[in-house]
Amino acid sequence: MNRIVLPEQRPIYLDYQSTTPVDPLVVEAMLPYLTENFGNPASRSHSYGWSAEKAVERAREQVAAAIHADPREIVWTSGATEASNLAIKGAAHFYSGKGRHLITLRTEHKATLDTCRQLEREGFEVTYLEVQENGLVDLDVFRAALRPDTILASVLYVNNEIGVIQPMEEIGKMLREHKVLFHVDAVQALGKIPVDVEAIQADLMSLSAHKIYGPKGIGALYVRRKPRVRIEAQIHGGGHERGMRSGTLPTHQIVGMGAAAELAVQLMDSDSKRIRQLRDRLLVGITSQVEEVYINGDMEHRVPHNLNLSFAYVEGESLIMALKGIAVSSGSACTSASLEPSYVLRALGKSDELAHSSIRFGIGRYTTEEEIDATIALVAAKVGKLRELSPLWEMHLEGIDLNSVQWAAH
Amino acid sequence: MAYSEKVIDHYENPRNVGGFDKNDTSVGTGMVGAPACGDVMRLQIKVNEQGIIEDAKFKTYGCGSAIASSSLVTEWVKGKTLDEAMTIKNSQIAEELELPPVKIHCSVLAEDAIKAAIADYRSKNGGVASETH
Repeated sequence: MNRIVLPEQRPIYLDYQSTTPVDPLVVEAMLPYLTENFGNPASRSHSYGWSAEKAVERAREQVAAAIHADPREIVWTSGATEASNLAIKGAAHFYSGKGRHLITLRTEHKATLDTCRQLEREGFEVTYLEVQENGLVDLDVFRAALRPDTILASVLYVNNEIGVIQPMEEIGKMLREHKVLFHVDAVQALGKIPVDVEAIQADLMSLSAHKIYGPKGIGALYVRRKPRVRIEAQIHGGGHERGMRSGTLPTHQIVGMGAAAELAVQLMDSDSKRIRQLRDRLLVGITSQVEEVYINGDMEHRVPHNLNLSFAYVEGESLIMALKGIAVSSGSACTSASLEPSYVLRALGKSDELAHSSIRFGIGRYTTEEEIDATIALVAAKVGKLRELSPLWEMHLEGIDLNSVQWAAH
Repeated sequence: MAYSEKVIDHYENPRNVGGFDKNDTSVGTGMVGAPACGDVMRLQIKVNEQGIIEDAKFKTYGCGSAIASSSLVTEWVKGKTLDEAMTIKNSQIAEELELPPVKIHCSVLAEDAIKAAIADYRSKNGGVASETH
């Protein structure tokens, strides 16, 4: 069994939705393409190029197989952010003669939201759909937003903050009926749940390697061939990737993504089963020892790899500081200058306080039961300590409704 | 975010955590901030017959800098007269704790908490005029 051994004294890594270590098998597959097989896959005149091209095409097959696509439908990019930019801007620009309206969700990844903002500056109109309290979009709300001039809808398959799985089959069917292109950000779905471009009728799909134990700096965009989807290139040059994305292909990165995708699919069932047990252990462990803990996002339509909890009456940044023995993400952006709580949790209708005090526990391939148990003990102790310090917790224990208090605005 | 050692020390070993009976006439209570802003500080002072702050307690909901700022001011106000305590400035707190610019508001809140506690004490005790005003 290949294992990543982290040096002692490092925090327990529970931030697998942020990034993952590269699996040693993936590293092994990549290494020859940094040294002896260093050729440019675009070099057609010698064997260095041919062997690199062969490796790139093999990886293309691996990634295509992971999402039930044809290899010719895979375009390599620098990552999922570029893939989403290429998909959304590329399709919007190509089809702008047909319409100038797009639909997306308020809880999308920034790569989608910011790309949509840019299109708005270019004169496109974008509808940002609200989600329900459980993080899922209401299909009737979605349908009502469709217009004759809607050209594309973009939906995050699995939410990166709260792990909820949107009803993609239903959305895909509805969009196909209305002849609206469907872009899917499947970054957090691949390797966690079965991803099938046919089942959900996706037209475009963004993928990333570093969330599936592959290297950073490589991603892919799926572009449907039947019926053919057209996109305008965003990066121009040597006409690589059938003109959709120019730039010398990073063979070693691509080989890494291919190997990681194949491995992710192979290990999906066993990984998910084990991770679900760990997630349940973490949830039961924390909630049995700590009161006033709230789960963010639906628990049924959710990948087991993610647990997002809000700890009432403690503040998020101090909680992160207290939990320095574990590497987790906070829903509070307090550490930046903005002092804004997570827009995803706000979209779920969570109060600022609960949004501020949320912690995302991301469980992955190398998480152990011992790490989960240590996390439970740490969280219980530190939340207890911070509540001892919290005037809000004292008021809660005295039965004071915090919403009835007139706070001095600051 | 990299915190200064002083912030981490106050955060990990907060001084004077707790509270006094807010109905006691010798106690002044200042509660500032709002949960929605991510900081609520409650500072209480206990004032003796000579008008000197003989004890102080706090509880804070907020980030490490907010906890450290309030912990620090409980140490600073002890032994001071009300007028002396009124002269504590947020800039002194920020300087002592080496707060980064994005955390200056924590020191502002701590200064506000002192002023609010003193105002509460004074209003309970017949609104003794401040010499510094």
